[in-house]
Amino acid sequence: MSVLTTYARLRAAEAGRAEPLATVRHVHLAARPFVLIPLALAGEACAPLAALVGAERERPELLIVAEPRDRTQRFAFVADLADRVLPHLDSFTRDTEEYTGRRDGAKRILTRCTEAPQILVPNPGGIAFLRLLGRSTRFRGTEGPHAVPPGVPLLGKWLTWFTDRAEFPGSSQLLAMTEALSVHWATGQSGTEDGNLASLIGWIAPPDGHDGHEAARLAEDPALRPPAGPATDPVFDHTLHELLDRYERAGTDPLRAALRHQLEKQLRSQLAPTWDLMWRGVDLLRSLPPGASVAGRWEFDRTLFTDYAAYLAETGLPQARRDHAVGAARRLARLEDATARYELARAYDDPLVMAEHELAGRAFTGVVIATDPSRMVKGPRSALFRPLVTLRTDALPPRLELGDKVKSPTRRDQPARLLAVRALPDGDAEIDLELEGGLARKRKPPAPPGCVPEPGEELCYTVLDTGHSPLAFPDDEATPWTHGGPPTPYTPTEDDADEAWE
Amino acid sequence: MTGGRDMTADTPAARADAAVARVLHDVDHTTGRGVVVDSPPGAGKSTLVVRAAAHLAEGQGPVMVVAQTNEQVDDLVDRLATRHPRLRVGRLLKSGGTLPGRVRRHGNVTGAEKLSDLGTLPPVVVTTAAKWAFVKAPEGTPWGWAIVDEAYQMRSDALLRCAGLFERALFVGDPGQLDPFATVETERWAGLTWDPLRNAVDVTLAHNPRMPTRRLPVSWRLPATAAGLVGRAFYPFTPFTPGTSSADRRVRLPVPALGADPVDRVLDRAAATGWGYLRLPARHSLRVDGEVAAALATAAGRLLARGTITHCDQAPEGRELTPERIAIGVTHNDQADAVRARLSPELAGVTVDTANKLQGREFDVTLVWHPLSGRADASAFHLETGRLCVLLSRHRHACVVVARDGIRSLLDRHPSSQPLHLDVPPKFPDGWRAHQTIMEHLDRPDFLVGA
Repeated sequence: MSVLTTYARLRAAEAGRAEPLATVRHVHLAARPFVLIPLALAGEACAPLAALVGAERERPELLIVAEPRDRTQRFAFVADLADRVLPHLDSFTRDTEEYTGRRDGAKRILTRCTEAPQILVPNPGGIAFLRLLGRSTRFRGTEGPHAVPPGVPLLGKWLTWFTDRAEFPGSSQLLAMTEALSVHWATGQSGTEDGNLASLIGWIAPPDGHDGHEAARLAEDPALRPPAGPATDPVFDHTLHELLDRYERAGTDPLRAALRHQLEKQLRSQLAPTWDLMWRGVDLLRSLPPGASVAGRWEFDRTLFTDYAAYLAETGLPQARRDHAVGAARRLARLEDATARYELARAYDDPLVMAEHELAGRAFTGVVIATDPSRMVKGPRSALFRPLVTLRTDALPPRLELGDKVKSPTRRDQPARLLAVRALPDGDAEIDLELEGGLARKRKPPAPPGCVPEPGEELCYTVLDTGHSPLAFPDDEATPWTHGGPPTPYTPTEDDADEAWE
Repeated sequence: MTGGRDMTADTPAARADAAVARVLHDVDHTTGRGVVVDSPPGAGKSTLVVRAAAHLAEGQGPVMVVAQTNEQVDDLVDRLATRHPRLRVGRLLKSGGTLPGRVRRHGNVTGAEKLSDLGTLPPVVVTTAAKWAFVKAPEGTPWGWAIVDEAYQMRSDALLRCAGLFERALFVGDPGQLDPFATVETERWAGLTWDPLRNAVDVTLAHNPRMPTRRLPVSWRLPATAAGLVGRAFYPFTPFTPGTSSADRRVRLPVPALGADPVDRVLDRAAATGWGYLRLPARHSLRVDGEVAAALATAAGRLLARGTITHCDQAPEGRELTPERIAIGVTHNDQADAVRARLSPELAGVTVDTANKLQGREFDVTLVWHPLSGRADASAFHLETGRLCVLLSRHRHACVVVARDGIRSLLDRHPSSQPLHLDVPPKFPDGWRAHQTIMEHLDRPDFLVGA
């Protein structure tokens, strides 16, 4: 935990109210998010019990499995869920826009959807559950023994795709509400306690007449605030167990219908409070203005959604059970790249995030006190145009070294290099920077006005950068002997769906 | 040598030579994919790499050497060129890179950004794993052999990117040091033999289980006072011995201590016993604990002010300790900044760095900021075995640990709780156990001074 976060948490504990960790919103919030709150049966890895779903706040739809231990009913539930989710996803594929992008190594005019779906679940446990549900459904056969409706494997592929994307920092296609909120607010409780959506929102927006401490304490009562899933409250499990048993033993259809109705009522009582919390979370996030880079990241999300929808329409093979050596290494490289980019974008978008880097010595803010806008230096072949900027700052940035490349959030296209640092007797420091670009392609002075900062301007510079060149990986067929040699290519077979059914 | 044990091998030097001869014998006669050599701290790993490179280049044709950082590559090329002045060595440079002075002075070293610019393929070509990933093998023939240095610090995905270039490999490394590092945490690949987050050796062994593993048996760096403890705590199943005896390594502090000053007293203990433990009053602190930083800076200053003399095999008559032979080891970069800010100008030569950056380096005296000092919890990161091992095994003479009181009760409150995964071989010893062993040793009047 950084010093700033520690400080914010202490202040929150003292004030009884969450402290902001961000001045802008770092996640995208869709106009029509699809809220999905799954519940699972205790004691099984992936037995769906119920879900409250919908894209409209006033119209949550409850889906339940009356007998979660019966696989046929389980997949009937998944088919129900597919009937809600798939049309929602489909609704985004109609409106498209053109853009210029690279495909197969050449520049082309491509299309992408103007909007893309966004799924919101309460917590990381919800994402983990959807991942398991995707794995258990994407290989199911639509013919032969234990056939399922076509929507089931299709939903499985989509759930796998969404949960795969959720691992990438900066992607907003599938978000856990507790995590999205924790990026923006620090509470006076521990990180583990922040995993409880009710107490987290209690800290951020305590009800009238209460402070965060009290709100969080109230949220701990499972009778008032049932858990946000996928695990259920053990006391409720008792009620559930009785109802499920009676349902199983019920001899007549009317009795079954009555019991199913009771079960629905009970499950709705468990899910409805979380439904309200999810939408309050949406309101809280909407209250923040979006960061400057959020739209760009969402555009990338939209592109990926478009491409995967097109892939499903054409080939549509399910994702392999596990990554091969090359695929895993490639994915790790993409994950690390996304992490660094997101970190940088957050710092550029948000002075409060940049402040953490300043505290850690990876950035500094100073006022321009002098410039040499027509400076030329000796280059290897000819003289180079390298204006000089001198800033005065109130602290020596310890993590910067002479020769480091730095950039400013307000002058992103202007790389600069740290030339000299002079400590002043009063503790301040003077820093000389050499501008290496952003001079309107001019090779000699004068640069157009505005290219070189003016004295009096306040600027922040940081060494944070994502200058990674793309990594080279061998093809799958060229997997070396150290990693087990080339893998057998994946071909889906009927056996993929094989499992003990009853 | 035919693999039989040489009966005259009872001095450390003879044992070390026999181990190296055995590795070279394996390399010459293997029918498999290569050999792994595990080395405890300071056991002559670099010497082995230099010998093996020359040996292979002479007997089996061109060899490629994979190191992890440019600094390591330059060190290695310098050693190779010094030891074998007639061996042509190629050094592939990063784009825009140049040969540093210590490498340029050798006439037998050529440096270039591209393989084709090195002229006819030199018998030994050295560069980083990252650079090798972009190298295309010369027409038709990949290298017969690669030597992978610091292989336990190489991530499996880095090996994947360059392993297509060679047919057999000699992996050399220290299994007790820090595992390679990733900026993302995911359990997605846990249990897969090719998990990109594992290290290069583990992945290669998982796919080539019959590859033999050899060990270097003698640590030349660690003094007799440290070898036993470091071995017990970090290498419990692969014993090694110190190359020198306590009589060979001595530390004297000619200027007497300033009264009962705790820093001076702990330095006296360290000079006499090889270990010192300065214990500050218990307190939860932020990551940067100003008092610990100040104590470390003061200790470095007092080491010089008291005119420390070290006697060892390199200087039997004794030599004065210089700032360059002192290291201060920490866990986080901001801790290093805090210590550096407190060093007086004459201490500018002291190395202050994190465990990750101290890996593979050697000093006479090290001062260590204990990873768990002042913490309220013992996270997996701070408990990591490799981190503590690196910090406590860089010294030739003495090591002083500075920490706030309460580490043992912190350990008792936080037993290891790492999730277990199917098919993931457990790592021994775990960090919790290693920390307990170390604290049990240090928490004794021979070493401990309370502040």
